[in-house]
Amino acid sequence: MSRRRHSDGDDGGQSHKRRRTSEPIEIEDRLESLICRVGEKSTSSLESNLEGLAGVLEADLPNYKNKILRILCAVARLLPEKLTVYTTLVGLLNARNYNFGGEFVEAMIRQLKETLKANLYTEALYLVRFLCDLVNCHVIAAPSMVAMFENFVSVTQEEDVPQVRSDWFVYVVLSSLPWVGKELYEKKDVEMDRLLNQIDGYLKRRLKTHVPMLQVWTAEKPHPQEEYLDCLWAQIQKLKKDRWQERHILRPYIAFDSVLCEALQHNLPPFTPPAHMPDCQYPMPRVIFRMFDYTDAPEGPVMPGSHSVERFVIEDNLHNIIKSHWKERKTCAAQLLSYPGKNKIPLNYHIVEVIFGELFQLPCPPHIDVMYTTLLIELCKLQPGSLPQVLAQATEMMYMRLDTMNTTCIDRLLNWFSHHLNQLSFTQLFILFNKPKPKFVKEVLEKCMRLSYHQRIVDIVPPTFSALIPADPIFFYKYQDEANSALPGYAVAITVGNAIKNRASNEEILTVLKDVPNPNQEDDDDEGEGFNPLKIEVFLQTLLHLAAKSFSHSFSALAKFHEILKVLTDCDEGKLHILRVVYEVWRNHPQMISVLVDKLIRTQIVDCAAVANWLFSPNMAHEFTRFYVWEILHSTIRKMNKHVQKIQKELEEAKDKLERQQHKKVGSRSNSEDEDGQLEEQIERLQEKVESAQSEQKNLFLVIFQRFIMMLTEHLVRCETGSVDFSTPWYKNCIERLQQIFLMHHVTIQQYMGTLENLLFTAELDHHILAVYQQFCALQL
Amino acid sequence: MSIKLNALFSDSYVDVSQYRDQHFKGNRYEQEKLLKQANTLYVGNLSFYTTEEQVYELFSKSGDVKRIIIGLDKVKKTACGFCFVEYYTRTDAENAMRFVNGTRLDDRIIRTDWDAGFKEGRQYGRGKSGGQVRDEYRQDYDPARGGYGKDSIGWQVIGIVAFKGNF
Repeated sequence: MSRRRHSDGDDGGQSHKRRRTSEPIEIEDRLESLICRVGEKSTSSLESNLEGLAGVLEADLPNYKNKILRILCAVARLLPEKLTVYTTLVGLLNARNYNFGGEFVEAMIRQLKETLKANLYTEALYLVRFLCDLVNCHVIAAPSMVAMFENFVSVTQEEDVPQVRSDWFVYVVLSSLPWVGKELYEKKDVEMDRLLNQIDGYLKRRLKTHVPMLQVWTAEKPHPQEEYLDCLWAQIQKLKKDRWQERHILRPYIAFDSVLCEALQHNLPPFTPPAHMPDCQYPMPRVIFRMFDYTDAPEGPVMPGSHSVERFVIEDNLHNIIKSHWKERKTCAAQLLSYPGKNKIPLNYHIVEVIFGELFQLPCPPHIDVMYTTLLIELCKLQPGSLPQVLAQATEMMYMRLDTMNTTCIDRLLNWFSHHLNQLSFTQLFILFNKPKPKFVKEVLEKCMRLSYHQRIVDIVPPTFSALIPADPIFFYKYQDEANSALPGYAVAITVGNAIKNRASNEEILTVLKDVPNPNQEDDDDEGEGFNPLKIEVFLQTLLHLAAKSFSHSFSALAKFHEILKVLTDCDEGKLHILRVVYEVWRNHPQMISVLVDKLIRTQIVDCAAVANWLFSPNMAHEFTRFYVWEILHSTIRKMNKHVQKIQKELEEAKDKLERQQHKKVGSRSNSEDEDGQLEEQIERLQEKVESAQSEQKNLFLVIFQRFIMMLTEHLVRCETGSVDFSTPWYKNCIERLQQIFLMHHVTIQQYMGTLENLLFTAELDHHILAVYQQFCALQL
Repeated sequence: MSIKLNALFSDSYVDVSQYRDQHFKGNRYEQEKLLKQANTLYVGNLSFYTTEEQVYELFSKSGDVKRIIIGLDKVKKTACGFCFVEYYTRTDAENAMRFVNGTRLDDRIIRTDWDAGFKEGRQYGRGKSGGQVRDEYRQDYDPARGGYGKDSIGWQVIGIVAFKGNF
């Protein structure tokens, strides 16, 4: 039977002629392009494109075998959404060239070992799945695949290994079954049953301490937020009950069955999972995000149930498409919307669910938050008649269920919604006014105001809800007018103001400030230069008042009078007080407070611990549940982390430089001992800097955790003695904010686990608080 | 093991555009180099009324903003519809090119482009009347950018070199 030879719809036979005179590099690029693009939109059918490409590659094997091997291994690793296209291609090649098939399998196994060694577990997963589908393409013999699975599952018998390790191996096996379950059961049902029983036993005994920390909603209704392995197990059970009939996955190899079943198969070499090492970083466990079910898509195709394997495959593919194209939002949107088989599923609902699932993923979204906002906008542009409605439906539902939503996720919802409104139109705000939830609405309006301006918000909020409008972001100057002339320091404030306006020098201003009495001091106490809160108040209020016009003005002011501020805030109390004054004057303008605190830290007028102490102080208790407070705290922690990383990097670079220098010396006769000495000195200094920075970082976390523990313990004790339910909205917010610290900075905190456990999260702690710590530990155990 | 498959994972939103600052002190090669390493973005098509605060809020979504310099009319010293946003890291600036460029601020689609770095004097419009060149010869009425173009009646053909292109 002859088939027409086609390339990928391009110039078919022509390319063969051209190739003889082209450069090898050009040919390699062309091969890469041909392989990467197969399966994309084309005038010819997928089958004929695959057939054509297989012919082209077969012809190139003598000269470009290694390149072709490398490209195919790479697409196997990096393009899981096109898995079956490439396995079919490999199947066709194997049918034409048995040796090539064998070499490919060997290359894949090598790659698998390397990815596991390099902690690239997601890529390793795709490689295994590819190998599984090669069973369907008659490249790999089913019994050898089953043997590999048996080795994977035997990891569950290992002792003293983190649970996340055996979790991963079980996940790999289960998640490959939608592709290859049928084939493996047909050939080796007894062994497969035994495997599944082992997995069942493991799943029953494994710990699920981590689940509460990772759930987006705490309520089980309307959609349970299931642990990811539990959900997958249910899906596989159902698939098994359906006798492994799976109809969603596109399987191009079926069309080639007559050719492929003539091919000789290879056996996978015995594969032992690499042993556990202390520096292995297994993927963290997850909770499956569900917000829709078949009742939510009113017309059109029915949404596959939460325990159907179709749901698993669709979500997996959509996640992979986002992973491949997130940097190019238009392409990403187009790729999502051209999902093959989209006519049989309510695609818009799946897309929206997957996107929010990623945005709300705990501990962190896979990609930067703002990407999801722009992706949704692009999707709305491409499907203006249908997608905005699904999005509105989703928004309304999430808004209704705020009470049981994890606080970290509420933060992200808030950010997304306000940015989204700003991009499309504010009319969607009406959703919030149907059944207003005051706290959330206020925060949304405040965020919207930051992106526009106060009057705009006043104009769009219905008059009945005017209480929810954010405050006008004005400056509060204590020494504003003559009415305040009785206030201590008033006179000096006027003088200082004039001095600044007349461009007095720092010395002159400090002299003026000497006249400010110190309310903390005894009259006969001659301390002189101690902490004087009034001095700080007079100077800073006046300075910030003069610079209140814009961020730039305020930053200039802080820079210009940096010296004075340093002198005034030399001690911890001084630092705390400067933050209090900033709050006093700008309490209606949280955005300004945020950027000023940022500048004060960066110019080292205050340190991170001072900011933490200030936010947790009784003065700020009434703002404790405001969104901006946590923005500031997390931003502060991030600055601390980046600072440590920066110095560590400098140290590494200096060490590398020294090493390179010493290597060079070995051959030469020049005496560069001086250079070495200098470098060594620099390294020593950097080492000290790193240690000091790390110490500051550890202290910051200790301060924060201590404060949380104090606040929460106090609340719990008070409720117990008063016989009142402790689970108030304030408590929910506070305990979830504690969780949030762990989740958002888990990488850094992991370094300090020992200290945390010994000093703070001890067995004496109230079990409600200790539970948060234990859940966190469970993320990597 | 690793080959990159350049054919596939393109990142075109981060590419440098065709525009080159004609006042740049240095040769083309130096300019290209700086653009490819830049942490600073030029932001265009702003409303004259857009504030530094608004720009901060929007551009903070891709990372910590180091500073913002609002573009000013050379004569009036008022905002004339552009600004520079400088980030601490290149990565944050790249994310702004991917996710803030081409989106709305104050109901206008704004455009971002790589900038070789702010130098004193670059905060001023280079149009004859003091604002941006593009507002000199603009024919349409744009209330957020001072209404009609300054010289919309007698507009001349200028070389592509000096004109900031389409938005």
